[in-house]
Amino acid sequence: MEKEKLLELLEQDCTMTPAQLAAAIGVPEGEVRDTVKELENDHTVLGYQAIIDWDRVRKETVTALIEVKVTPQSIDGFDRIAQRIYQYDEVESMYLMSSGSFDLTVIISGRTLREVAQFVGERLATIQGVTSTATHFILKKYKEKHLVFRPQEPEEREYIFV
Amino acid sequence: MNYDSILNQRIQGVKPSGIRKFFDILEEMTDAISLGIGEPDFVTPWHIRDAGIYSLERGHTKYTSNAGMLQLRREISAYLNRRFDLRYDYAGQILVTVGGSEAIDLAMRVLVNPGDEVIVPVPSFVCYGPLAEMAGGVPKYVELKAEDQFRLTPEQLRAAITEKTKVLVLPFPSNPTGGTMDRRDLEEIANVLRGTDIMVISDEIYAELTYGQRHVSLANLTDMYERTVVVNGFSKSHAMTGWRMGYVCAPQPVIAAMTKLHQFGIMSAPTTSQYAAVEAMRNGDGDIEHMREEYDRRRRYLVENLNRIGLSCFEPKGAFYVFPDIRSTGLTSEEFCERFLLEEKVAVIPGSAFGPGGEGFVRACYAASMRDIAEAVARMDNFLTNLRRKQGREG
Repeated sequence: MEKEKLLELLEQDCTMTPAQLAAAIGVPEGEVRDTVKELENDHTVLGYQAIIDWDRVRKETVTALIEVKVTPQSIDGFDRIAQRIYQYDEVESMYLMSSGSFDLTVIISGRTLREVAQFVGERLATIQGVTSTATHFILKKYKEKHLVFRPQEPEEREYIFV
Repeated sequence: MNYDSILNQRIQGVKPSGIRKFFDILEEMTDAISLGIGEPDFVTPWHIRDAGIYSLERGHTKYTSNAGMLQLRREISAYLNRRFDLRYDYAGQILVTVGGSEAIDLAMRVLVNPGDEVIVPVPSFVCYGPLAEMAGGVPKYVELKAEDQFRLTPEQLRAAITEKTKVLVLPFPSNPTGGTMDRRDLEEIANVLRGTDIMVISDEIYAELTYGQRHVSLANLTDMYERTVVVNGFSKSHAMTGWRMGYVCAPQPVIAAMTKLHQFGIMSAPTTSQYAAVEAMRNGDGDIEHMREEYDRRRRYLVENLNRIGLSCFEPKGAFYVFPDIRSTGLTSEEFCERFLLEEKVAVIPGSAFGPGGEGFVRACYAASMRDIAEAVARMDNFLTNLRRKQGREG
């Protein structure tokens, strides 16, 4: 089976049932179940999560993107220091960047500005090897993982026979 | 005023589509799933919409030339060559129209003389017969059969031809059946047409939506180019139904006659839409592939599951419709659709709406989200189970 096709479908909508996936790809259902298990076991599929517009539920949620500059360690390069940062539950995503002005992008979420500021000031900035941080607060989310926040309500329309 | 005596007799003779009452019910239902409307569920790709918007920002709000913008006709010519190996000169063989529908109307009106017969395979899209009639022609319906995969056979065509036959409509890939005609099938039709003066209106609006093999135009076949009027457009291939962008390609004298009608009746197709269409032709091939792949997944799911729950359904190789056989339920297609809508709140269209050959079938459009399709299948299963139970009690 084409694993990539299966993965694309799951990435689009992981609530599709094995039967639906099987029909869409054109293989038996058992094969889909087996392949999904295999992909989960070898961590190709890392997990399944919902994408949520928290603004509809909570009054305040703060997300920040932090540019972090570090001094790489001699043995493991950036990975060791990266690990020290991403172990914190507050860190939502983290990437090593090619940019010249900083090395790591760290995305964190907190309930309040204070909470985020505290994390940066007390945890992140104090990690050995972190030489500087620049915090950018996200003002509004428009789109995440191909999904648009607050999509337009469908307009009332009359049916037409075609 | 007695409007019956005022209004044109021919127009009064044409029956309006009987589907309306259906949609009236549907519009009242807030939680209904519609597999009824035959149009892409995708929004026009952003780069195409953006090109339309940009043309407005630059102030391109005037008429274009009657035949359509030169750059658009050039792009259409290149596109047809690239995708379907068709060769049409942008300077006299291509006319940009207000949707494929205008092209069909124009073709009928420039080809048909009063009393001429127009062969219309059915079930098919509803416009051919009425447009032939309004052009003064006489539609001759040929009923396509499920056992022929709803293809037009050479025997059927031969039997339908008389000395009055002027036009054959070739509506493939087909709305509503999803049936297609491959090169071999078309070769057999071409054999019947060779040596006659019959013109063909080949409605290829679903040409990009075939699954498994590429669409072949009748115009590709030996001796057929001179008699074929190829109708196509952007609605289905690029999810652009509301832009009303179609085009028609044919030998120069036919296009010249159509352009004459078009220039008096329409002037020129909408300018904003033409700019968007240029972008669609230049950078839209990837969108087509993406949408086709999506439709294909839904198609396979729907066909497999309709068969599983006991509605036999031949595998459609084109367009975005399935056309399951509902005769086993003992209901007419209209009864089936009305009860299915009222009991399970899912809209599908009775096959009888598409001409005489459609009775006993219903059309479901799978240009809908997988979620809706899956839910529709579950409700269909429920509907059929209840129906069988009731019928068992009565029997």
